[in-house]
Amino acid sequence: MSGFAALVARDLRLVWRRPGDVAVVLAFFVVATTLFPLGIGPEANVLARIAAGVLWCAALFAALLSLDRLFAADFEDGTLDLLLLAPWPLELAALAKCCAHWIVTGLPLALLAPFLGVAFGLEPGVLLALAATLLVGTPALSLIGGLAAALTLGARKSGALLALLALPLCVPTLIFGSGAVEALATGGDFGAHLAVLAALALVALATTPWAIAAALRQAGE
Amino acid sequence: MADLHFLANPARFRRFSQRVLPSLAFATVLMLAVGLYMALIQSPPDYQQGDTVRIMFVHVPSAWLAMAGYALLAGLGASLLIWRHPLAALMARASAPVGAGFCAVCLLTGALWGRPMWGAYWVWDARLTSMLLLFFLYLGHIALSRAYDEPERGDRAAAILALVGVINLPIIKFSVDWWNTLHQPASVARLGGPSIHPSILIPLLWMAATLFLLFVLLVLLRTDTEIDRRRLENAELQA
Amino acid sequence: MSAHAVYVMSAYLVALVILGGLLVSSLATRNRVRRELAARGLERKK
Repeated sequence: MSGFAALVARDLRLVWRRPGDVAVVLAFFVVATTLFPLGIGPEANVLARIAAGVLWCAALFAALLSLDRLFAADFEDGTLDLLLLAPWPLELAALAKCCAHWIVTGLPLALLAPFLGVAFGLEPGVLLALAATLLVGTPALSLIGGLAAALTLGARKSGALLALLALPLCVPTLIFGSGAVEALATGGDFGAHLAVLAALALVALATTPWAIAAALRQAGE
Repeated sequence: MADLHFLANPARFRRFSQRVLPSLAFATVLMLAVGLYMALIQSPPDYQQGDTVRIMFVHVPSAWLAMAGYALLAGLGASLLIWRHPLAALMARASAPVGAGFCAVCLLTGALWGRPMWGAYWVWDARLTSMLLLFFLYLGHIALSRAYDEPERGDRAAAILALVGVINLPIIKFSVDWWNTLHQPASVARLGGPSIHPSILIPLLWMAATLFLLFVLLVLLRTDTEIDRRRLENAELQA
Repeated sequence: MSAHAVYVMSAYLVALVILGGLLVSSLATRNRVRRELAARGLERKK
C-alpha cells in the first residue's frame, strides 16, 4: 500500500511542478461550456434545461484531453519498465496513476462545475447535485480513459484514437451522471440515479485496473 | 470451440479455406437468389408495415450478425491473449470490418424503414442508439488494430479492447434503455410483436442464413489475405 | 409494390453497396497481396 501512496504522491509532485498542464484542462472546460450559450442563445429556460448535459459532456472531453499523456511520459523515460519489473502488482500501479489523474482533473472539474452552473441559471440544490454526480462519476472517466490511454500507448495519432476508444465506453457514466441532475430538476429519483452512477464507478474500479495492466504489459513487451 | 483448434495453424487454415471457399461462394449466390425472390416478390406485404416489412429481411439479420460479429471478436481476442493463437489475431483483423459493414447495413436500412414507418430517418430509439454505439466500438477496434507500426501490438491492444467492449455492451444497452424511457415515451411501432407470421418468418430466417454464409465467406477470404499480408510484411522486414 | 417501394429499393441498394463493396474490396486486396508476394518469388505452394 505504501508503494501505491508513493506512486500517487510522485504523480502529484510532477503535476505540482508544472501546474500549467492542469490549468489548461480547467480553462478548456470553462471555455467549452461558455460556447454553448453563445451557440444556442441566452434563453434562460433552454439553458437550464441543457445545463447538466452540457457540463457533463464538457467535463468528459476535458478529462479525455488530459489523458493522452497519462502513461506516455513513463513509457518514454523508462519508468514503465521499472513498474513492470517491480515486485508489486502492476494493477495497483495502474490504479495509482488513474487515482492521481482523478485528483488533478476530476476533482477540480467537479468543484468548478457548480460555478459554471450558476451561469446556466441552475438552482442551488441542483448545483450541489451536479457537483455530487461529477464527484461520483469522474473516477469512472479517469479509469476508462486510463484504459484507452494504455491501449493507445505508442500508437500513431494516439490523441484522436484515445477519444474514439473511450467515448462509447463512457456513455453509461454520461447518461446516469446528467440523468441524475435532470431527475432532481424534474422531480425524479435523484438517489437511484446516483446509486447507479456509483455502481458504474465501482464496476470500473473493479475491472479496468486489470485491463490497463494487461495493456501496459503488452506495450512493454 | 475445441474442435476448431485444428484451424489455429495458419497453413492448415489455408488448406481448409481453399477447400471450402468455392462451394461456400456457390451456396451463398444460390441462396441469395432464392432469398431475394422470397423477400421481394413471393412474401406478402405485412398488414401493419405494408411493403416496408421487406426491409426487415435484410435489417434484422444484419443486426444479428453485427452483434455475433462482436462476440466473435471478443472470442478471438481471448484466444489470442490466453492461448496466443497466431491465427486469432489475423482473423480478428479480418472480421472487424465485416462486422462493422453489417452494423452499417443495419443502421442504414433501419433509417430507411423508419422514414415511412416513424416519419423520421433517425429517432433516438434505444435499439438504434445501442446499435450506433456498437458501430463506434467496431470503429475503435478497427482503428486501434491498425494504429501501430508493429502489427502484433495492434492485434493485442485490439484484443483487450474487444474483451472490455463485450463486458461493457450489456451495461451500455441497459443505460441506453434507461435513458430512452426517461426521455421518450415509447410510442413507436415495434417489429412483429408476440408472434411473427410464418409468411414473414421463413424469408427472414432464409435471409439470415444467407447473410450468415456471406459473413463466413468474407471472414475466411479476408483471413486468407491477412495470412498472405503478414508473410509479405515479414519478407519486407527481412529484405 | 406500393408507395414505399422507394424505401425498400434503396434499403436493398444500400445493403448491396456496402456488402458488395466489402466483397469486391476483399477480393481486390487479396489479388494485390498475392501479386506482391509473387513479385518477391513467394507465391504460395499449391
